[in-house]
Amino acid sequence: MALALAILIWAIVLASVVLFTGEFGWFPPQVSEHGDAMDAQFNLTLIVVAIGFILAQVALGYYVWRYRDRSGARAVYTHGNAKVEVATVLITAVTFVTLAIIGQRVWIDLHLEDMPEDAVQVEVTAQQFAWNFRYPGPDGKFGKTVTRLINDQLNPVGLDSRDPASNDDVVTLNRMAVPVNRDIRLTLRSKDVTHSFFVPALRFKQDTTPGLAVPGHFKALKTGEYEIACAELCGLQHYKMKGFLMVMSDQEFEAWLKERAEF
Amino acid sequence: MPVAIAPPEVKPQTGREDRVPASGGPGGGSGSDGGPGRRGDGGGRRLGPDSYQLGMWLALASISMMFIGFSSAYILGQGTNSQWRAMAAPPYVWVNTVILLASSLTLELARRAGAATEVKRWMTLTCVLGAAFLAGQLWVWGLLADQGIYLSGNPHSSFFYLLTGVHAVHLLGGVAALVYLTARAWISAARVPAGTSLNVTAIYWHFMDGLWIYLMVLLFFWR
Amino acid sequence: MSDSAHPAVHPAPTTFIRKWVFSTDHKIIGIQYYFLALVAVFTGLALSVLMRLRLAWPAESWPWLEKIFPVGFEGGVMSPEFYLAMLTMHGTIMVFFVLTTAPQGGFGNYFLPIQIGAHDMAFPVLNMLSFWVTFLSMGVMFAAFFVAGGAPISGWTAYAPLSALGEVAGPGLGSGQDLWIISIALFCVASLLGALNFITTVLNMRTKGMSLMKMPLTVWTWFTTAILALLSFPVLLAAGILLLLDRLGGTSFFIPAGLVVSDTVIENSGGSPILWQHLFWFFGHPEVYIAILPGMGVASQLLSTFARKPIFGYHAMVVAIFAIGMLGFFVWGHHMFVSGLSPFSALVFSILTLAIGVPSAIKTFNWLGTLWGGKIRFTTAMLFAIGFVSLFVSGGITGLFLGQTSVDVQLHDTYFPVAHFHMIMGVAAIFGIFGATYYWFPKMFGRMLHEGLGKLHFWLTFIGVNAIFIPMHLMGIMGQLRRYAESTEFKFMEPLQPYQEFVTFAAFVTAAAQLLFLVNFVWGMFKGKKATENPWEATTLEWITASPPPHDNFGGRELVVNHGAYEYGVPDAPRDYVMQTDPPIARTSHRDAG
Repeated sequence: MALALAILIWAIVLASVVLFTGEFGWFPPQVSEHGDAMDAQFNLTLIVVAIGFILAQVALGYYVWRYRDRSGARAVYTHGNAKVEVATVLITAVTFVTLAIIGQRVWIDLHLEDMPEDAVQVEVTAQQFAWNFRYPGPDGKFGKTVTRLINDQLNPVGLDSRDPASNDDVVTLNRMAVPVNRDIRLTLRSKDVTHSFFVPALRFKQDTTPGLAVPGHFKALKTGEYEIACAELCGLQHYKMKGFLMVMSDQEFEAWLKERAEF
Repeated sequence: MPVAIAPPEVKPQTGREDRVPASGGPGGGSGSDGGPGRRGDGGGRRLGPDSYQLGMWLALASISMMFIGFSSAYILGQGTNSQWRAMAAPPYVWVNTVILLASSLTLELARRAGAATEVKRWMTLTCVLGAAFLAGQLWVWGLLADQGIYLSGNPHSSFFYLLTGVHAVHLLGGVAALVYLTARAWISAARVPAGTSLNVTAIYWHFMDGLWIYLMVLLFFWR
Repeated sequence: MSDSAHPAVHPAPTTFIRKWVFSTDHKIIGIQYYFLALVAVFTGLALSVLMRLRLAWPAESWPWLEKIFPVGFEGGVMSPEFYLAMLTMHGTIMVFFVLTTAPQGGFGNYFLPIQIGAHDMAFPVLNMLSFWVTFLSMGVMFAAFFVAGGAPISGWTAYAPLSALGEVAGPGLGSGQDLWIISIALFCVASLLGALNFITTVLNMRTKGMSLMKMPLTVWTWFTTAILALLSFPVLLAAGILLLLDRLGGTSFFIPAGLVVSDTVIENSGGSPILWQHLFWFFGHPEVYIAILPGMGVASQLLSTFARKPIFGYHAMVVAIFAIGMLGFFVWGHHMFVSGLSPFSALVFSILTLAIGVPSAIKTFNWLGTLWGGKIRFTTAMLFAIGFVSLFVSGGITGLFLGQTSVDVQLHDTYFPVAHFHMIMGVAAIFGIFGATYYWFPKMFGRMLHEGLGKLHFWLTFIGVNAIFIPMHLMGIMGQLRRYAESTEFKFMEPLQPYQEFVTFAAFVTAAAQLLFLVNFVWGMFKGKKATENPWEATTLEWITASPPPHDNFGGRELVVNHGAYEYGVPDAPRDYVMQTDPPIARTSHRDAG
């Protein structure tokens, strides 16, 4: 019994190690500026976690086998050891807090750095079960929107045509184009319930909370087409709420935007 | 002395945390025989306050957490809600406040009174004041509704109805407990409340009183 | 009454109704809670099996299931709304009616008074009331299956405004959601009643000599859990009241202005959806510890008993239990890193969250320390306790990923957190419940469970849950999002289908293994071998009385406690264990090897 349990625990450790180091799948390839740092932090954490996991489980398996009941003397009579306890506290506290602090670097870059002036602006408006994207157009300003004017077919974000700044705004459905290697500044909104704008390839996820305009930013380093998924339960077709992020060269992007504007 | 500790009867008046021990037994509040509060660690050292009082304080801690939850919602709403229109305090709430404060006073007088008749008199007055407060609250809500201020109006009026309403539900439990104790006292001279049952009810009642003051400050003076 | 006489607790009831239905005896109430949880856990399990079916084979038609669920399986294929309703109810039932109810309401009620030498809870009538309100709450929750529109689809977290808007936002969000909120509000009330009872009992009802530091760790965990419940459930109650008013009273606490749902303008104004998340998670994170802390207590008790050793570092364990409980109140924001929380507060929440790793590491270390140098007896209960430690490590350690803001961004709302919390607050906590069941069943029902069947149950379950949840972490890394009725719509989730099938297969095996438990349980109740007073040679007070204990627990004896809770292997003692009420030992030569 003891040996079987020990072997089983070790087998679980082994299987986990194989699963997480072998070719069984990993993060989708990443194309954003801050993605490498995030993946690196994940890997660093993975090493710390793996050490803790393997040590604890292997010890557990070993003790289970080693200290099984064999006839003979009584068990060791001890109530613990204060020095060892203190050492455990210190080691884990230092490790975990250090890890937490290192992990904040990327977060600070992402959220607390000022955006350059020339960032491309895109407004994301989520709704059940689609993504609306709005570009400010040549004037660089988003026009006014009015709730009453919203119409899913004709005016999905409720642009107010009386505001001159709205007239050149470009609105697209489920397809978002951005230029490569440029800072993109997002404003995330929702028309109805809470959604979450998730682009796996960008390592980007941000809830779109109705009533709020949440800022976000990224820079994509590689052209291509990437999927956008909704990550927060938003209703019946949550699992079908799909959009596409198209990362293209500056020229292509300008052309794309122009084409949409004329339309 | 009663021969046994009666099962701590508990009356769920409101479906909330209100509870009132109903048969603590005369004179059983303090000293060494307070209900099932028992001894620990040898030497007859009492391990804590009487169980009923402790239970009441815990219930109040819990009620406080609920109102802290509401308060955080209130403060957040006040700070961020663009539709927030502060309403003026309906003047009659101040009359109500005085009634409630007076009821705390009469309850305290009952608790400190010596003679049974005096206890009964002050208790009865407390019941009347408590009921008057509740009636007054109903009247205030009616008055506001007549002015077109409803629960679903703007966030501030929603909070007014919500906070005073939840408070009233809790107070209703207190009134029920008081009426029960008072009625029992009038029916049987031997059961004039004293000690635990009255003390615990008083803790609850004073707390509801303090909570009311807090709510008024939050609703009408905060910021 | 005099001090020496044992207080005559309420007299033993004579009628069937007073004895088995509206009983004020904490032991009967404990059993009632346990059976309630048993009904809930098998319901929740069935729902998860149905969900796994759809995830593995989303397009497959199951005509025989259509016969059972004509609406959910129209045409034989499970509809996405049925999937989401299953998901909501699975989470809600498991979290509230199993993980909160069984360890605390069930075992806590039964054994807390006995383990401190009390004759009953401080407020027996309140205790009865607490159970019946829970019962009512579960009835209301189950009723949500049967109302028009079915059960709600907003998940167990019921994020507003999805949960606040009503049927316009989706099926099940009408009366189903109303019932859900009412049920949760009732549950809050019941938990509060229970919690203040537990706390008062521990503080005021201990027998002579039972100082706080002689209490079994199980009592410490029930006590801490009660404090958490006392302070966190009222906040959920407040949130529930606000949500119900938004739905039925026309208020706008959670509904912001200017919403347009399915081209319908919503006439609400200025509420805050984030407010719901704050209130919910202020409750929700302590709730995680409400579920797992009693499991930690049980694991400690069992490891010490069956390793025949005192628990390693008793004081450190007590401090760690409290530290985990209290820190639990300050980390709710880690559920909201991508909600639009201020980035600064996210930093603070992140560091506090990782700090919880410290007391958790202490506990793990001390459990290993307890095994070290022991003489381990491999009973079924012990196997589940060892399984608990293993799962606690596997499930807890992945919190290091999710507690970090920048790592959480990618993993948030994928299967990674799903695997994490199932492993720790789901499966580990359930292992605590199983361990407790195998350990205390003889005391509760006077008969032994079948050890062989129990061990088979353990092996299958332990292998099964690891096979389900370890791959699920990897699925999360690959990007599988949670609460997706199927993963066929996205290219990046395409490689995941084989994993979904594997996990479903593992889930079927695990679920089937639970039938062994059910068989064992029913068999044990009626046909099991008669249990002696102390079949495990354990030390705590429940083992000095008959199995099952008499109405007043100790047959009129007044107990005096002389020893700590886990005195095993004491060198000068006649047996290898010293019960808490044994007379003091003349200690001659022994020294503490620590």
